[in-house]
Amino acid sequence: MDKKYGVYICEGCGIAESLEVDALKSVAADEGRTAKTHPILCSPEGVDFLKKEIADGVNTLVLCACSRRVNYDTFRFDGCIVDRVNLREGVVWCHPRDKFPKLTEEEKTGGDAFDRVQMMAEDYLRMGMARVQKVALPEPFKLETTSEKILVIGGGVTGMSAALDAAKAGYDVTIVEKEDRLGGAALNWRSQLPVGDPYDKLIPPVIEEKIKAVQADPRITVRTSTMVARLAGQPGEFTVTFKKPGEKIQFDVPYPLPPEMLVDESGKELDAETLHKKYLEYNEGRADILTLDPDGELFGAVVLAAGWRPAKLEGDAYAHLGYGAIPDVVTNAEFEAIAKKGKIARPSDGKPAKSVVFIQSPGKDEDDSDFSYAGAVTSLVSLKQAKYVREDYEDGKSFVFYQHMRTPGLNENFYKSIQQDPGIFLTKGNVLSVAKGGGGLMIEATNTLLGEKLKVKADMVVLAAGMVPVTKDDPVVNMAYRQGPAFRDIDLFNGYCDSNFICFPYETQRTGIYAAGAVRRSMTTEEAMEDASGAALKAIQCITSVNRGVSVHPRSGDMTFPDFFFQRCTQCKRCTQECPFGALDDDAKGTPKPNPTRCRRCGTCMGACPERIIGFADYNIDSIGSMVKAINVPSEDDYSEPPMRVLGLVCENDAYPTLDIAALNKLSYSADVRLIPVRCLGSVNVIWIKDALSQGMDGVFLLGCKHGDDYQCHFVKGSELASIRMKKIGEALTSLALEVERVAQFEVAIDDYDKVPQIINDFVESIEALGPNPFKGF
Amino acid sequence: MTSENKAPASGSIVVVGGGISGLTTALEAAEVGYDVYLLEKNPYLGGRVAQLNQYFPKLCPPTCGLEINFRRIKDNPRIKVFTLAEVEKVAGTPGNYDVTIKLNPRYVNEKCTCCGACADACETEISDDYNFGMTTRKGAYLPFEMAFPSRYVLSPQIIGTEDAQKAKAACKYDAIDLEMQAKSMTIQAGAIVWATGWEPYDATKIDNLGFGQYDNIITNMMMERLAAPNGPTKGKILRPSDSKEPQSVAFVQCAGSRDENHLPYCSYICCMASLKQATYIRERCPDAAIYIFYIDLRAPGDRYEKFYKKIKEDKKVFFVKGKVAEVMEDSATKQVTVVAENAVTGEKTRQTVDLVVLATGMQPTAAKVKLPADLKYNADGFILNDYEKGGMFAAGCANKPADVVSSNQNATGMALKAIQTLARK
Repeated sequence: MDKKYGVYICEGCGIAESLEVDALKSVAADEGRTAKTHPILCSPEGVDFLKKEIADGVNTLVLCACSRRVNYDTFRFDGCIVDRVNLREGVVWCHPRDKFPKLTEEEKTGGDAFDRVQMMAEDYLRMGMARVQKVALPEPFKLETTSEKILVIGGGVTGMSAALDAAKAGYDVTIVEKEDRLGGAALNWRSQLPVGDPYDKLIPPVIEEKIKAVQADPRITVRTSTMVARLAGQPGEFTVTFKKPGEKIQFDVPYPLPPEMLVDESGKELDAETLHKKYLEYNEGRADILTLDPDGELFGAVVLAAGWRPAKLEGDAYAHLGYGAIPDVVTNAEFEAIAKKGKIARPSDGKPAKSVVFIQSPGKDEDDSDFSYAGAVTSLVSLKQAKYVREDYEDGKSFVFYQHMRTPGLNENFYKSIQQDPGIFLTKGNVLSVAKGGGGLMIEATNTLLGEKLKVKADMVVLAAGMVPVTKDDPVVNMAYRQGPAFRDIDLFNGYCDSNFICFPYETQRTGIYAAGAVRRSMTTEEAMEDASGAALKAIQCITSVNRGVSVHPRSGDMTFPDFFFQRCTQCKRCTQECPFGALDDDAKGTPKPNPTRCRRCGTCMGACPERIIGFADYNIDSIGSMVKAINVPSEDDYSEPPMRVLGLVCENDAYPTLDIAALNKLSYSADVRLIPVRCLGSVNVIWIKDALSQGMDGVFLLGCKHGDDYQCHFVKGSELASIRMKKIGEALTSLALEVERVAQFEVAIDDYDKVPQIINDFVESIEALGPNPFKGF
Repeated sequence: MTSENKAPASGSIVVVGGGISGLTTALEAAEVGYDVYLLEKNPYLGGRVAQLNQYFPKLCPPTCGLEINFRRIKDNPRIKVFTLAEVEKVAGTPGNYDVTIKLNPRYVNEKCTCCGACADACETEISDDYNFGMTTRKGAYLPFEMAFPSRYVLSPQIIGTEDAQKAKAACKYDAIDLEMQAKSMTIQAGAIVWATGWEPYDATKIDNLGFGQYDNIITNMMMERLAAPNGPTKGKILRPSDSKEPQSVAFVQCAGSRDENHLPYCSYICCMASLKQATYIRERCPDAAIYIFYIDLRAPGDRYEKFYKKIKEDKKVFFVKGKVAEVMEDSATKQVTVVAENAVTGEKTRQTVDLVVLATGMQPTAAKVKLPADLKYNADGFILNDYEKGGMFAAGCANKPADVVSSNQNATGMALKAIQTLARK
């Protein structure tokens, strides 16, 4: 694109009152650009004016007006590069003239005085002009061919629901199920919990109907006794190798070397060649991830609905409950199997179990927790199974001991219906022991609603064991990704393939693979079926996004993607290792192989790259670097007491809006800072910081999201990686004889607008205390 | 092969309600490639979550996710947002609906720059619903700082008064149009998703819990506003009678929920909300004693369980299993005594505290006024989904009480159900 530049300055919203617009125009003129002004650029007249400029050939616009968060549609001009120089929120509103006075006429001629606010505006204009020279209009990345088929892993109620939902929307689906028939866990159920209004009674399992519907659907292919050996490639073109359970094949997914094998005996990191050799040994018989299975089947996106297994109750924690030692103490899953066979009979002697105690919480030490992985489901299951006893025997009795009856939402109706049954006794209680006695079992509990101490005689005891996601034991999805075959960091969720985001439950670290059902959280059938619909939608959405060549969440619609200048790659592997989404697979030498449709466009790779060879069309090392270099750094040559210059690299997702809101509230902060929005702190390359300091800027801070277990980073790892890099930069600063305190990172939440001015001011003050950067003026 | 093959040209989706569920349905459908009309009756998007201080269990601000969603709207011309919009009539059948909507006047046009001069010019103070009446605002106002659209609105109450004229005179940008009238329009859509959300149950109806009678009894939603940095107290938790920091706080769980006289169902979120609000109090009043009166503590799922465990470690949070039967105020100190029967010991527990928070539940918006469409409801006013019939679906808390995560899951799924209706043609 042959760029034709235009610079436009809005005079509205207090900009012209606060700033010397003519001086801004001459800043543009210094760069060879003619700046034009308009009283209100966003008004219909202002927009017409811009449109006329575009009609006259301008295609690269620097709009000096308000924040890019507002008037986004007013200033959208297709086919043009637009930079929004934020004079309103970024300069004028947060630096009111009563606090930051203009120069008096006398000062203007005096020579040594300066107007901090005007300087700020002029810098931002220079930065905007510098940026547009270095960016290009993005062109979408498109795969040569996109598969629109959806793979559903798991043929239980969740998987079948997802398949049916996707098929109903017009997509072809393949279900793989490792067992020899569809149905999953629900096949073993006698009855199931209600899935809809009025939620007051048990219903026959929905699974048989689902199976029939799946089998009748021409868009759904079912492969039973099949599992995924590997899932290679990327959304839109996943190449999937299937196999029979237990088989060992060439395309079984290889595993990354465990951490202890990455170093030699002295703890030193091994070189790439040795590592690769070890990796091949470690994965002997398995083809590398980059070897594509020629017989693999192509899919566009994946729903992971692999389900759960009953928790194993092992160890001393459950010894008081007699499980393992007394045959008539069983788990809820075992009890369900007994109930499915017919009238409930004791495992020990086959006699009718007419009196059954259901224990929802291990109790004993006053802990009110349920069994692990219980969720709210095991409460409901206890109630369901208590009902079985009543169904089978007119004189049957069920006792349910709970700490908290967890029947949330409309499931309360089911609880209420159970309460109506005179043969079901429900009490809070702390179960102390289960022992053999009196031809049956004796259960002792304290602290119950029926008395301080309670002893109940029963034929059987049922323990409400939880639902363990199968991904806790096995990757299942077996991604042929350099970062490994499993969902990443799921220890944070106890092995569930969950998203850490409240607002975005399907957004995990693996693009195009959407977990649903009990693999994500312990769920009832109703919840699992709903979750399946959501995951199916996300899979379809991923495919259509790939088709359009755009990113999925959170930069949905973004057409840029990282571009690599491979000639200069030193195979350091940092991009491959640090990408939160596992988008890069390096080869034997360590050269990254990008998978653009796995990429979420955060720029973490760009931030990681020491050779600075990664960039996006509209966001790259040079575009930000040029903005940094465009900042004027006054020295003692200019003023007897030159102002400080502090660079702030600000996450555009949370921190930048926070600053806008601070401005809207007329909260002010130092006018000596220059802020540059970045896609994510993960994309911050330390070269920008080094550049800033070497041109004499006095300090640099990063402003971004919270990290740690409850991270708020929209790209999962960005702010965390940035903090690691900032720690490392300290050494570099020391070698330059600069204080490490000149670089800092701060966490802000989006509602911290009242705190953010203080954070900035405190940092600027700390820099002032350090004194000017010794490189200033050189 | 492109996605357009799957979408009939005329296929568009109407989403009613711009809270978190409606936003989710609208965005997820639009990002597949469908045209979506998002209708919101308030002058801003975000619904209930826009009033929350933080989400459980991450304790993160809801505006964080809202901001991303607003950006997704900005970046996606397929979504058309109408605020101050109400559905008047729905005619037609699945795949082919005519939705008549009424657009109420904002009295502020797109020239608004958010400068705030109109608000400065107004004199009359009006009770602020956003803060549940704990503060007042001017007749010209920005609903809240991060409101989307970022534009002022004039309250209908000042139209025809001097304030309206003053506001208009103060606007330098010709953005105030006092002649603006309500207008009707009809949208053709293949599917409609009702994400009409919920209302906090009216606590004044729970006679025995003293709300509206005693100053220092507030609801959980009021607590959210108190704790919010942009709330009436700028994030300080102060008891209403004397604006002092409470040294003791009681949470009354199931205030109206699980109660045949009020809401017979469990509202799903209130236990977690109170546990979360215990952290608000602890952060601001380090020594305050916190009493939580409950029937069952429902922390469904591993993540919530973990959060509950964390709160249990706080030695000054006391959990009492018992339903609160009555409350009494000491007219001199304005302290409130909460009386509950301890379900385990059978003893009557009395606890005198500085502040009482009623964990009121959620009532579907449609419980009071039925929607102008052929929909089925359960006895409590939740909309029932008929997937066989298709065409119209309820998402989020219009369908059942749920937390934000589940609502978003559900709302994502409902986007697909809507798309299926279109694809079926």
